[in-house]
Amino acid sequence: MNDDDVKKIMFIMRQAPHGTIYSYEGLETILVFGAFEQEMSMAFIGDGIFAAVKGQDTEGIGIKGFIKTYGVLEDYGVDHMYVDKESMEERGLTPEDFVVDVEVVSAAEIGRIMEEQHATIPY
Amino acid sequence: MKFTVLVHEGPYNHQAADTAYNFTKAAIAKGHEIVRIFFYHDGVYNITNQAEPPQDDRDIYKRWSDIAKDNGIDTVACIAASKRRGINDKYMVEGTRISGLGQLADAVIGSERLVTFG
Repeated sequence: MNDDDVKKIMFIMRQAPHGTIYSYEGLETILVFGAFEQEMSMAFIGDGIFAAVKGQDTEGIGIKGFIKTYGVLEDYGVDHMYVDKESMEERGLTPEDFVVDVEVVSAAEIGRIMEEQHATIPY
Repeated sequence: MKFTVLVHEGPYNHQAADTAYNFTKAAIAKGHEIVRIFFYHDGVYNITNQAEPPQDDRDIYKRWSDIAKDNGIDTVACIAASKRRGINDKYMVEGTRISGLGQLADAVIGSERLVTFG
């Protein structure tokens, strides 16, 4: 595969990690896309930013937690994790609150990066 | 233009299933190519064969089956999402199939546009 064939694909986490399955099944998609060696990134927007927040304990809601999966995403080819600055601040969070290294950017900047993508997949 | 259509929501429960169908139909009418239709999350229920919707309503399952067969469109439900919801290859409407998420990746890479509904 030459470089021209590598496509930019962004996965957008929009919804809170628990309460619905979108965030969890979204992660499964990213792991499978990893095998296709594309240029992958993630954007955390709105309540979606809670998906990557430290200290999650899902025992009380009786579901398998998936926060540990975030630790391997870089190995699967996710090169950038963007967090929307405004969404983060509105929720009283800081860059240190995430389980992975994130890039905090403005909504306008995320919009600009989205424009560069071959495809965006929302969860 | 080459499109992949991705459906995230279940039939009747959410408008996404109808809008995705209407989009697909319109795109074909305009001469575009639909590389693949892929169903994920509760969207996998769209192409199952056990439902009997009321006769005075649209038959979402049959619509997908017909558009897939009439136009030779590869129409696929995610196997992991399906198994989680009690669906296997015995429960697919005619002209559709069940397969892995790799089929979504392959379609996205091979299309000019991915359009997600739901």
